Amino acid sequence: MEIIFFYLFAGIATLSALMVITRKNVVHCALFLVLTFVCVAAIYVLLKAELLAAIQVLIYAGAIMVLFLFAILLINIDKTKEIRFSHRQSPLALVLAGMLFAQIAFIIYKAITVSPLGTLSPEKVSKIGNTEVIGSLLYTEFLFPFEVASVLLLAAMIGAIVLAKRHLK
Amino acid sequence: MISLSHYLVFGAILFFIGVAGVLTRRNAIIILMSIELMMNAVNITLISFGHYLHNVTGQIFAIFVVAVAAGEAAVGLAIIIELFRGRQTLNVDEINIMKW
Repeated sequence: MEIIFFYLFAGIATLSALMVITRKNVVHCALFLVLTFVCVAAIYVLLKAELLAAIQVLIYAGAIMVLFLFAILLINIDKTKEIRFSHRQSPLALVLAGMLFAQIAFIIYKAITVSPLGTLSPEKVSKIGNTEVIGSLLYTEFLFPFEVASVLLLAAMIGAIVLAKRHLK
Repeated sequence: MISLSHYLVFGAILFFIGVAGVLTRRNAIIILMSIELMMNAVNITLISFGHYLHNVTGQIFAIFVVAVAAGEAAVGLAIIIELFRGRQTLNVDEINIMKW
């Protein structure tokens, strides 16, 4: 039963991602990217990562894509001058991406060895609660990256405001 | 039964669709969107490994990847807006004033 949902959401996400990189209208690309993010959030729920699914919908589909749409609509571009694909580079790029994907798929099917299992099995995590487990780890063992991430977000916020504000004469 | 390979191949497909988008499209905003696709593919790989190795560290790393991607999208879009103000184009092929 789960495998039906996996193929459904993975198929929609893949098709939507292909639409993102091929559509001419930038707003269409942004909306297909929102659909991709929501499908990936559904895959996270299949993987029993409910907090990540909520974070994905809230932050990626909710905040980052709204930011993209604001930027797209603030920039009034002359649509007649736009070139869609790079004609020199596209065939080689697609061949390269295909070859690299074939290599990675081969490695995935032939050469994966699973390291010894950790302690938190999915049953144990779902008994305590996914958010509680992540919260307890994030504030004890991973406290330093957590604080560094907050400083990073502050720097990004200041940088974005300074770069994008209008310069008053 | 969904095995680890299913999720990893799905992550790889999304990643290489993102790579093809970065290398092929000429609009700077779509290049940023393809980079976000690649980050999502990395998140899928991290979380699926965390699930199959009975470890929550994958999900915690994925939270940090989401935070970094958010900051990067904001700064990248600010740079693009500033670039557009100067050159009136979003075509990355025409932004070549630093070429030899």
